[in-house]
Amino acid sequence: MDLTYTPEQQAFRAEVRAWLEAHVPTAPLEHYDATREGFEAHRQWEATLKSGDWGMVTWPREYGGRGLDLIQWLIFEEEYYRAGAPGRVNQNGIFLLGPTLMEFGTHEQKQRFLPPMASGEEIWAQAWSEPQAGSDLAGVRATAVREGDEYVLNGHKIWSSRAAFADWAFGLFREPGSERHKGMSLIFFRLDQEGVTRNPIRKINGHVGFAEIFLDNVRVPAFNRLGDEGQGWHICMATAGFERGLMLRSPARFQEAAAALAALWQSRKESCDPALEADVVRAHINAEAYALNIYQTASRLMAGAKIGPEASTNKIFWSEMDIHLHETALAILGAEAELLPPTGEHEWLDDYIFSLAGPIYAGSNEIQRNIIAERMLGLPR
Amino acid sequence: MDFTLNDEQQMFADTARTLLGDTCTPDHWHKMMEQGVAFDAARWAQIAGNGFTLLLLPEAAGGMGLTELDLALIAIEAGYVALPEPLAESAGVGAPLLASLAPEHPALADPAAIIAVAPAINPVVAHADVAAAILIEQDGRAYLVTPDQVSLTPAETIDPFRRLFRIEWDESKAEDLGPADWTLALDRASLFAAAQGLGLAQRAVDLAVAYAKDRMQFGKPIGSYQAVKHHLASAQTAIEFARPVVLAAAAEIGHADVHSRARVSEAKIVALEAAEKAARASIQVHGAMGYSWEVDVHLFLKRALALKAAWGTPAFHRSRVATRIFTQPLGADQTFARETEHA
Repeated sequence: MDLTYTPEQQAFRAEVRAWLEAHVPTAPLEHYDATREGFEAHRQWEATLKSGDWGMVTWPREYGGRGLDLIQWLIFEEEYYRAGAPGRVNQNGIFLLGPTLMEFGTHEQKQRFLPPMASGEEIWAQAWSEPQAGSDLAGVRATAVREGDEYVLNGHKIWSSRAAFADWAFGLFREPGSERHKGMSLIFFRLDQEGVTRNPIRKINGHVGFAEIFLDNVRVPAFNRLGDEGQGWHICMATAGFERGLMLRSPARFQEAAAALAALWQSRKESCDPALEADVVRAHINAEAYALNIYQTASRLMAGAKIGPEASTNKIFWSEMDIHLHETALAILGAEAELLPPTGEHEWLDDYIFSLAGPIYAGSNEIQRNIIAERMLGLPR
Repeated sequence: MDFTLNDEQQMFADTARTLLGDTCTPDHWHKMMEQGVAFDAARWAQIAGNGFTLLLLPEAAGGMGLTELDLALIAIEAGYVALPEPLAESAGVGAPLLASLAPEHPALADPAAIIAVAPAINPVVAHADVAAAILIEQDGRAYLVTPDQVSLTPAETIDPFRRLFRIEWDESKAEDLGPADWTLALDRASLFAAAQGLGLAQRAVDLAVAYAKDRMQFGKPIGSYQAVKHHLASAQTAIEFARPVVLAAAAEIGHADVHSRARVSEAKIVALEAAEKAARASIQVHGAMGYSWEVDVHLFLKRALALKAAWGTPAFHRSRVATRIFTQPLGADQTFARETEHA
């Protein structure tokens, strides 16, 4: 065990830091879920990132990446959050679909879809959930019927993040008559094509962060199917692993938030309940524990290990940590916490409200606890 | 940057798991509790025979010159079996402290010799009566005594496997070893308490999992009910996020700076919280059986409570973390930062 960075890793950090300092927009962008303008401003930021080859640093160069290892990825993320760079509007693509495509896609599919994903030219939405199938994803009813070289898609998707403004969606569809985990395929479709209707849904914070999608005889080429026909469940479980695990939630954002919380506490502690300091310290301890866990996981993966059901413990830990951290911030702000626009440099109120989604999306924490109990601990179903 | 254990470390941990697992079974616990004893000389001889007590001693003092990380892996296994003997206290704290002050001391030549420690922060001394030497903290100095030179009063404890004494001593009868690094002693003791906490926690979960698979209610094993699963999944999550903190604390302890001290304190807080959480979940899953002396879960709860408050309460350790937070740079790039880099 060697918990020091190599000279190469330190040089890499310096390179990332210098580039970000030169390129991160000085004024914050409007949120990508707030308006079409905010969304497009973030797409522009993705293009800027790509211009410096920072679009998706762990991907191979041939697919628009930089070919870096996981420790370098962690360093990049640390610098990214440290610099206060804009949120990644294409996170569904780069963190979820991208790794899945890398594992299950054909060479032609990778060449077609990955580079525009890394550059933000094509922004992706996830279209898994349906009104009847959320945590019980095997209950999806949307259908894909093969007609020659095409699929005809029909159904109703909901809670699709980014779908209000995104270009593409990846969805789970089943062969008519098939049941549960069998007969499902993972298929891509354009959100602006004929037969697709999307209705934005306002989130609890007022943003149009998701949409419901109606598909009415939507025709897509068979090329848009990822993996074999009927293999969709297997593939989407791999994607869920990426989502719960380290790729979507790098430690840096929590560490930066914990640091901001410590600063908030120091600036206001004279007028606060002194007992709150324990919560401030706890937020720091949690963020450090999360970072150490991820560094350990990254080291294990680089040594050849595979990520397993322990990804579910990640999901529970970061989502609960995030809520606790923001609860503490609101407690320090006291009666000012409810005011709009939010007080201070940090958007504590908005981030608190967003943190409440953590235990719900990417598979509810109740489902994650079942996974831990059954697959890690071996308890009966 | 490499956050993995090497083959030798894995091998040591495996050896410890086998030895302690074989020699400290539920049968052993029950026999000791019936006899009212908290020290098994035969087991201690085997522990010493395997070199575990020599691990942290420098080679010049006849030791193996390994690191806190190596011993922490063994302390995890000691926690897993609720080991009564003072492996962590004597081999992890007392022996290296004595070696730093009096490397020629004869007690260091005997791997089975117990070196007890009486820091100012603890009200009682573990295994003082069977110790070859007792190191006492006063005004930053270390004083060396043997049990016959002091007055020891047994202190009753709720943990049947803790062997504790209040100590009265006379400075004129003690050997003054001079200024000692009591902060390092506290760091080591806290680290090994944390490591034991990981083992205690995992055993509490494992006991509950085994019970929940067997115990039937309403026609099904209780482990198939979500309410039961969720208690144990939460405890396992706490363990998964305490373990890397403990290992990092062990790897960084040698820096002896504000960062390493905060890391040790973080480890002690989170690992013993995980242990308490797991023990309580295990008691709940066992139902009324869990609240009885018949089921072994109580051993893990009691040890967790003892280690949580020994060598500094959670509030004491929280204040050390606060020192790091409020005096050093914070943020995402500071996880592995060192004080010297900011000097």
